[in-house]
Amino acid sequence: MGKGIVLKVENLNVELGGERILENLSFEVKEGEVLTILGPNGAGKTVLLKTLLGLLPYKGKIEWTPPTHHPEKIKIGYVPQRLPFIKDIPMSVGEFFKLKEASEKETKEIFNSIGLKDYNPPTTSSHSSLRSERAPDILEKKIGNLSSGQFQRILVGWALIGNPQVLLFDEPTTGIDIGGQESIYELLEKLRKEKSLTILLVTHDLSIVYKLATNCLCLNKKMLCYSIPKELTSERLSELYGGKIKFYQHSHE
Amino acid sequence: MSNQFIFSLISGIFIGGVAGYLGSLMLSKRMALVGDALGHVALPGMGLALLFGLDVSFGAFLFLLLGIFLIWLFEIKTSLPMEALVGIVFVASLAIGFLIVPEPELLEALLGDISKVSFEMAIASIIFSLLIFLVINRIYPKMILASVSEDLAKSEGIKIKKENFIYLLSIAAMVALGVKIVGSLLVGALVIIPAATARNLSKNLKEYYLGSVVLGILSCLFGSLLFKLTGLPAGPLIILTSTFFFLISLILKR
Repeated sequence: MGKGIVLKVENLNVELGGERILENLSFEVKEGEVLTILGPNGAGKTVLLKTLLGLLPYKGKIEWTPPTHHPEKIKIGYVPQRLPFIKDIPMSVGEFFKLKEASEKETKEIFNSIGLKDYNPPTTSSHSSLRSERAPDILEKKIGNLSSGQFQRILVGWALIGNPQVLLFDEPTTGIDIGGQESIYELLEKLRKEKSLTILLVTHDLSIVYKLATNCLCLNKKMLCYSIPKELTSERLSELYGGKIKFYQHSHE
Repeated sequence: MSNQFIFSLISGIFIGGVAGYLGSLMLSKRMALVGDALGHVALPGMGLALLFGLDVSFGAFLFLLLGIFLIWLFEIKTSLPMEALVGIVFVASLAIGFLIVPEPELLEALLGDISKVSFEMAIASIIFSLLIFLVINRIYPKMILASVSEDLAKSEGIKIKKENFIYLLSIAAMVALGVKIVGSLLVGALVIIPAATARNLSKNLKEYYLGSVVLGILSCLFGSLLFKLTGLPAGPLIILTSTFFFLISLILKR
């Protein structure tokens, strides 16, 4: 099956407040690929995602093409890096989903695929007589009271409303413990297979690059490399991050 | 109860309710003090309206439009934060207000006066309150999303600038109505305290905005009744009633 190109970027330049953030970026993303975007702080990773979303002015060419199995207009789901203000607003998970006009059916389906069932698992007691006291429905939970892992899943779920063909993720695991991170990436992998999603992922986490990515883009204002993860050597990484960085490819048994 | 007092009461209930509703949005957008600032911007307009025997809300609204236009203009010319620009326009208006409003009218402009509300004014208050309510109701989910994250809202195709403009106009109209009830000094409190109280008590958005509306109505209702009983100025009584509810919410906070 020939895979079409979903995103084509040519000579992309972005300037913000007189400072050049991205310089002559050119790359392509094919349908079903996972492109990780690597780079030190301030390299312009978030700016790149925002520019691809059309949120920032740019020079050059950004061309989104809908994948062959979705002939309609391209839809992009976006998971931002942080939402520091959301906890200031008393809002339930269900209300957050309604902001994007998700139907109840769609919300239910999404909750199944992000691994948060409608109801919290019964906590301690297994006595069926006590089960009548139902744990609160996750949709009725206040967003501010979610654990960071749950919140992250909710954000992923929110990005999935409306069936996007592409997902853009900005550092999806900031502030989540290792176990939580693992499961977020498992979730991404599962979604990619189930929904034949194309994923662009900003990360600091090299283990993800090796595990999940089909391609990676090393960015430090300019594009330093564009390769498959196996070719990402420690020389290239120290060039990117400036300093001695060793990363050993190893497997967990 | 005189007819006049009933007109005051009805105006207060409608204006208080919609002030609470808009306040819940302003608090979410971290704009709690904007109502305060705009209340002061309204002062010269109120003074002129009193001098020429016009409705204070009308004069206030004209000056608020002018003030917002200036803030918008300054924002294009400099990179100073919005807060600073609002601050400049607000103190300048206050200074102009003190110069042009004659002393007997000044107190009325600063603290409001519900004892002058006529039948026509009450009808106008109801119509404008309902209009503002409908407009806010339409932009509410979009503004909530924008206050969570502008990027997220933009990526959903929401035209932030347009929605913000409608939102600012609603605030201006709300302040213009509110100054009639509690005066230019206290209008910020009319908008914000019910929302702050509701936030203490609510666990979701629906409870939050409904709570803000109900608390706004109750504050104006009880404040006006206290005014009838004591003869003290109504504006401060309304705000103190509102503050009293807030203190209770601290005890009941969830």
